[in-house]
Formats: sequence, structure tokens, C-alpha cells
Amino acid sequence: MTLSEVTNIAGNAGNFQVTVKEAPRYVDVEKCIACGACTEKCPKKVDSEYNAGTGKRKAIYVKYAQAVPLKYQIDPEACIWLKKPGACGFCQTVCDAGAINFNDTEKIHEINVGAVVLAPGFESFDPTEAKVWGYGVQPNVITAMQLERYLSASGPTEGHLVRPSDHKAVNKVAFLQCVGSRDENLCGNGYCSSVCCMYAIKEAVIAKDHVPGLSATIFYMDMRTHGKEFERYLERAKSDSGVRFVRCRVNGVESEGNTNDLRIRYVNEQGRQIEEFFDMVVLSVGLQTPKHVLALAETAGIQMTADKFAATSDFAPVQTSREGIFTCGAFAGPKDIPQSVVEGSAAAAAVADLLAPVRHQLSTEATFPTEKDISTDEPRVGVFICHCGSNIASVVDVAKVEEYAATLPHVTYVERNLFSCSQDTQDMIVKRIQEQNLNRIVIAACTPRTHEPLFRETLKAAGLNEYLVEMANIRNHNSWVHTKDPVHATAKAKDLVRMAAAKVTFCTALKPISVPITQKGLVIGGGVAGMTAALNLAEQGFEVHLVERTDTLGGNALYLKHTWSGEHIPTQVKKLIDNVMSNDKVIIHKESEISKVEGFVGNFETTIKNRDGGTKVIAHGIGIIATGAGIMTPDEYCYQTSKRVVTSVEFDRLHELKEKHVRAANSFVFIQCVGSREGDAMYCSKVCCTHSVQSAIEIKEEDPSRNVYILYRDMRTYGQREKLYRQARQMGIIFINYELHGKPQVIDKGDKMEVMVHDHILHRPLKIEADIVILATAIRPQTDAKDLANLFKVPVDGDGFFLEAHAKLRPVDFSTDGMYVAGLAHYPKPIEEAVAQALAASARAATLLSKKEVSLDAIKATVDPDFCDGCALCIDVCPFHAITLVTKEVDGKVGKLISVNKAKCKGCGLCQGTCPKRGVYVGGFTMQQISSQIEAALAV
Amino acid sequence: MSFEPKIIAFCCNWCSYAAADLAGISRMQYPHNVRIIRVMCSGMVHPELVMDALGQGADGVMILG
Repeated sequence: MTLSEVTNIAGNAGNFQVTVKEAPRYVDVEKCIACGACTEKCPKKVDSEYNAGTGKRKAIYVKYAQAVPLKYQIDPEACIWLKKPGACGFCQTVCDAGAINFNDTEKIHEINVGAVVLAPGFESFDPTEAKVWGYGVQPNVITAMQLERYLSASGPTEGHLVRPSDHKAVNKVAFLQCVGSRDENLCGNGYCSSVCCMYAIKEAVIAKDHVPGLSATIFYMDMRTHGKEFERYLERAKSDSGVRFVRCRVNGVESEGNTNDLRIRYVNEQGRQIEEFFDMVVLSVGLQTPKHVLALAETAGIQMTADKFAATSDFAPVQTSREGIFTCGAFAGPKDIPQSVVEGSAAAAAVADLLAPVRHQLSTEATFPTEKDISTDEPRVGVFICHCGSNIASVVDVAKVEEYAATLPHVTYVERNLFSCSQDTQDMIVKRIQEQNLNRIVIAACTPRTHEPLFRETLKAAGLNEYLVEMANIRNHNSWVHTKDPVHATAKAKDLVRMAAAKVTFCTALKPISVPITQKGLVIGGGVAGMTAALNLAEQGFEVHLVERTDTLGGNALYLKHTWSGEHIPTQVKKLIDNVMSNDKVIIHKESEISKVEGFVGNFETTIKNRDGGTKVIAHGIGIIATGAGIMTPDEYCYQTSKRVVTSVEFDRLHELKEKHVRAANSFVFIQCVGSREGDAMYCSKVCCTHSVQSAIEIKEEDPSRNVYILYRDMRTYGQREKLYRQARQMGIIFINYELHGKPQVIDKGDKMEVMVHDHILHRPLKIEADIVILATAIRPQTDAKDLANLFKVPVDGDGFFLEAHAKLRPVDFSTDGMYVAGLAHYPKPIEEAVAQALAASARAATLLSKKEVSLDAIKATVDPDFCDGCALCIDVCPFHAITLVTKEVDGKVGKLISVNKAKCKGCGLCQGTCPKRGVYVGGFTMQQISSQIEAALAV
Repeated sequence: MSFEPKIIAFCCNWCSYAAADLAGISRMQYPHNVRIIRVMCSGMVHPELVMDALGQGADGVMILG
């Protein structure tokens, strides 16, 4: 349901009545084929929201080329007809599909659901009101969103970076960070938006790629690149791309005469006042909750934080204050794509937990007639040529293509359709297949990427194997890209049809395979992430084995006291342990480790070994790796020699026990980034800044006369944590910035420690006498992570953390099917992110465990035993470890050949591309099929 | 008559084939000489197929992935 908003949520968890108001689209989505004829004729132009005002759109429009659903809509505020019926109506005239409906009306829907997920997102801060940056006045001051559009190939300048004022090439650009973030005076948003540092670096790097010689400068307060692989990206931006970073908050942007150049004044790191000119200034605008979303929160009756984000608990990060209503994404605090995607899956897990008892109750299965065996029949190819309204037919001479197709070998039937994808044409194709006894089908229309699944269903409905169809893409690859060349487009359409007909002749029936699933889970690691994942799976009704190396559940959380928002960790962890222990679907194996792994998705057999050497084999369908991480032991800052130098975790313990040195101490120095962001450990440990600030606040609160210093490189209290940093400064905790080349020095003076650091504001070295020095030490991956990774055939990254399949699209999946990752094993992170990731892993796992068998696409590698001689070249190239070498016996002689595990095979065909003997092929893409396409392509 | 080369382009279903689709959606105009063959991965393209294409008169072969 698009163009819809929720106006009321009545009822309770498990039984909500949701009222949805659907605004009229004025375009029938069933009929619209998104050809774009309407938008071409529409005379009304307005600013494009998607292009952030950098370009125009029409009154009838689709938001952007990849929009889902790809259907047009009419903007009632701009449409001439809707303002004055009868005045225009061009779109209705040109729409061949008859999709325009000016009489469309608002509809109210009442929906009965068990749970609600709120994912309304954010808006970017509008810097117009604040005035100081010149936005809205100076044409060459733009927001980062606008720059994003300028740099995009689909943007208003097709990726060329030009100045809006005079369309001249940009030579010098400045980025100003924290516009609309970390600023209560100008915008009222005190929090950090979390994502702007990274996007500014990315945009600066891309802009430099686009414009050779471009100078790009980022003015910032703290560089917050705390995510996985972000620190390396920052370093590469400096060293490889040459982006300049200046630590200074810029207070304003001024114009220089009538040149539209922009003047920025700032203080450089030597303390000198500098005036510099730029062609363009980009404002790195922050994230905020829009007004209509605040109204939605009120409608939903959920609590919000002071920063106007949905309030959640750190141990239930997707649960709002109202039971049965969940949240994910930037609505619950500013966050980047990977974390938003993680939370999306986490919300699904939380919903599944609530609704597990009614799983599959509303689902139905489609039935199809019995499949006809055509293996011994002569090919009888039917060709259906689509006009796609006028999309194809206005460029390609479809009648000539039809005539030509009829002359091709094995083609026994040809027909043209206005829209091949419409329901009536589908029914007609089924009829023709049966009438004409067709056994291979060519659809000459659009792209198989969107429409092949539809036509496969059509074949199934006609009793044919679904793989006996081939599409000729005469729209996206032809009529749309050769609009002004109908002669060549028609010739090309003939070629494409000939190629498809040649290929389809060699198509054979392929059988989709299904693999049975052991509906049990294995979770490795009994920390917060492991327990959360295990408990969620158990509550969804699945049996779970939880393997823990030590004799205690709890993991690293046992060392921690409070989350950033102040929740008491020991209480919550105890509750979690109790829940796990009392759930009889969770089988706990303490003091056990994984010693052997066999099998594949749905069918793993894992051997665990306990302390006494006893082994047990567990059959499971999925595995979640949540093995946590360790803490590094520092060898600098006198840690090894002085009792007055401790790590953060040690300090927490001493502080809690009211140890006498800590109690008596009057001067505390925290040193950040010990073992992080340097040398081989070029990553941020993410949690230490917040941890140190929290500890500092606690000791200052106990006795305000104490001197507390935090020596930091960049203070990374991201998101709503920023309020702790603000509070700490207000309390008089002293923050001193240091650079990697000028690290603090700690000297043992017996009864005191002496800390030397260069102060960048005073521009002189400082000597601080400290009673206690607290080192914010790095989080390190488990030293044996690689061994476990090898057992499960999953990868670890260069730092030694487990590597997910894709940082944004599949943040908790491994590329090995059925394996998932959560918690510190993946990367350092605070508790609420570990919990969200654990829930996400559980949700992803449940998509498999909730089925008795998983059906897989039939496009898989198959061995031809007549040709395979077991040379094994393909084994090394297979990225999915799907191929093994087996022995065969022919006429008493023992030889070798390969065997493909279809469950692991993804049909990529690297084996086929490597095999020197045609001993392996991928169904649907055999050498013969591809050769036939080549031959057909070059035949005329 | 001017020379009209014929070029065979092997496009990976997941990236370059999708990009060619998007070029269509964006109505980007380009020369008509390319014939695209969809494969499930550019690694699937056997060297023999490239030789095949050149041998049968293709003026160029692109493997996009």
C-alpha cells in the first residue's frame, strides 16, 4: 500500500485494528506499465523532491527510476486537470494501457493485524532557517543530499559536478560537518546524526574521482568513523584520495562580491585565523524525525526520547513502549544502513516471537496441472511479441519481426500482444500452448529480471516445465535505447528473437530441487548475543543448542555495569540467563567447543567436544556464530609496571569495590584509543568513548572536587550518546584532544603518575599529575576465530572479525547459506546493537527453520560423467565449496570425477567456464545454449 | 555502406545485465551494434565461447561482470 498513512491503531498486541488512509494515485497500478509516455507529454513542471530541488519533474511522475512499485502517480497539487477538469488530460490521451483515472478517490482501509512495525525513517535537516551558512541565499551552498544528486549518473547533471550559479566546473569544495547535529542553538538537535562523517568522506572521495584535480576539504569537530571498515576508509581518503581534513567548526559562509565564490574563516591547527575561498560549500545536514512522524508516534501511543526518537530498551532495541508495536531504522535514533537493515530483521524476529503460534495460518499454496513430458518431442517453438503499449511498437516494426520470427527453425506459432504481461494475455498464452501443442516459448518483450518469474508461472499453468521459456529483451535493450533509429532497432529485435529461439530449442525441462531441513538451531557462544538469538529461536518454537566454551553464561557483559542509557546490565543479564535456562527448547552445552563440522544448509552435523574430551554430534539446520571478542592487554603507558595504570574494565571493578586507591584518588586521566585506530588495528572499538565518559561522570558526581581528564583523538559519542558528552563537559570534565603523532606520555613518579600531552587549544604541552590513569583498551577478535571460521567455511576479515556476506544488504548472513553472525564476533559494538544483531540473525535463521524443506532454483551445475575426467580444476574456482572429487568405476577401472552438492551450488557456472573437457554444465546456460546464441547473433 | 561492427557482450545477470536494463529505463541512447547474452556470472564465460564468437565474425567481445 503506497500513498497511505496510518490514522489509528486500536486494540492490543496480537489483535490490532489499524486504520489506513490511502490517498488517490489517479493511476491504476494494475494497468500502468511504467512506459513513461504520460510524463513525456505532461506540460506541468515542478521541483523534483527526489533530486532535492536540483532538478524538475512533471505533475505525473515516478519518484525515481528504481521505485517500487514502478508505477506512475499524479501530484494533485500540480496537475492541471485535477485543478480544472477538462483543461489538459494529455496523459489520458497517450496512455495506451488506459491507466489514468482522474476520478480516483481517497480510500479508508481497516486492517486486522497481530503486530505493527514502525519504520517511518527520518528527514534531513533544512538549513534555510538558520541563515548563517547562506543556504537558500548563496546558490553555491548546497546540502549533501543535493551533492549526492549532482554526483549521480541519474541526477540532473548526469554526474557532472558544476556550480548551480553559473554551471562552471567546481575546482574547490568545502564540506561543513554537524549542520543540524550536535547543535542546540541553531537547530535544537543536540544529538549526533551518526552518519554524516562517513557520507561526507564518501562524497568527497567520489567528487574527487569525478573531477580530476578537485580540492576537497572537510571541516569537522570529531571524525566519527566508528563502523566496520570505516576507519580504513578515512585513512584511504586522506592518503590515497588526498581529501583534506580540518578540525574546526565553521561559524558561517559569506559571499565574495558578485562572483558567487564563498568565503570561509576558520582557525587552523596552529591556532592561526585563516580566510579561504571555495567554489562550492556542501552542508553535511543531520537526520531528524519529521513532524508527520511525530504525529504517527502520538497516534500509535508510543513514548519518544528527548531527542524525538522512539524510546526503546537496550536489551529490547526494537520494542517500543506499547506492547506489540515494534520499530526499526532511524526512527529509533539516527543510524546508518547496515544497522537499519539489522534492525529490520530484528523487528521481524520480535514479531515472529509474538505471532509464532499462528504461523502459516493465512498462507495458501498455488496448484498447477501435471507437467507434460516433452523430452522426446520435436521442438515446437511459440513466439509472443509484445508491443508494450507503444514502448516497443513505436520504435520497432513489430509486424516485420512477427513475419520474420515465423521463418525461424522450429518456430510453429507467432503472435503479437499489446501487453504480454497482462492477465488476459497470460490466459491466452496458456490456451495457445495447449491448442498449438507448443513445447518451447519465446517472449520478446522486456527484461527477464522482472518478468521471467511471471512467464514461468504461465508455462506451469499450461502444464509445461517452467524452464522452457526464453525472453528476448527488445524493450530495455532495444526500443528504449535506440529510440531514434527504428530501422536498426527492428533489425536488432529480429536478431534478439533469433537468438532466443535458437537458445530455447536447446532448453530442457529442469526440476527444481528441494532439500529437507533439520528444524533445529545451533548457537555458538553464550554471551548476550548468543543467548538472545537462542532464546528468540526457542520462543518461536525451534529447538536450539547453545554451546558455551566456559562454565558460565553471560560473556563480556558480566564485566559491564550500565548501558549508555543507564540500564543496569547485571539485572538484565541475569534475567536473560534465567529465561534461557528455564526454556526447555534451549539445550545448553557448557565447557564445550566445536571440533568438527559437516553438511550444508538445512543439514549440518556438528561435533562438539566437552572439557573431558567427550564428543557429541548435533544435527542442525542453521548455525549462528556469536563467539564474542576479547580485550587487548596494553604494553604502553606504564600499564605493565604501575598499579596506578589500569584498563577501563579493571577500573570499573576497582571502583565498584571501592578500592582504597580509587577512593582516595583526586586526579583521574582517561586515555582513549589504546590499541585502536593505529598500526595493524586500524579500526575503532566503538564503545570506549562512551564508556570513559560514563565512568568520568560517575567519579565526578561522587566528588565534584575531583579533577577528571579525558585525552582523546576524536570523541565518538555517536547518536543520542552525545548527551553524555555534553553533560560531562558541563560538569567540568576536561577533554584534551591529541593526535596519533603526539600520543600522551605517562611517567611513573612513585606516588603519582605524570601525564604529558600537547594541548591543541592552548598550543603548548601540558603536564597533568594523576593518581589513576585509565586506559580505554581496544576490543580484539577472538584469537581462535580463524579456526572456527575454517570449520564452518566462513571468512574472517583482515582484523580477525567474522566477515558478513554484504555489509549493507546481508549484514548478519554469511555467504555460506544457513550460517549467521551476531555480536562482538562481527565487530566491536554496544549491547543494544549486539542484541539487535542477534535478533536479526534469529529472524534470518527462522526463514529457513520454519520450513520442512527449502526449494532451490533448478539452475545448478551438473556433471557429465562421459566427459569429466576428475582433473579437479573446477574445485578450486567454486566460490561455494560445492564441488568434491569422488571415485567412479567403469568397466572394472577406477577413475575420478567430480560431484556437485546442489544445495551449495548457486549456478554461477565458474566450473563450466573453467572445465577444459565440457565435463560440467549449468542447466539453462549450457555451452550449447550459449554457443547457439552466439551463432544466431552472428548469422545475419 | 559504412562499417557496422557486431559486438557480443556477455553480461552477468546480477550486475551488468541489470545495468543494461537500467540504461533502458533511463532512456540512455547508445549504438545498436551490441548483442547481449545473459549469463549467471561473467565467470561462466568459457574461453572457447569467446573464440567461437570471434571465429564466427564478431568484431568484438565484451565480458561484463
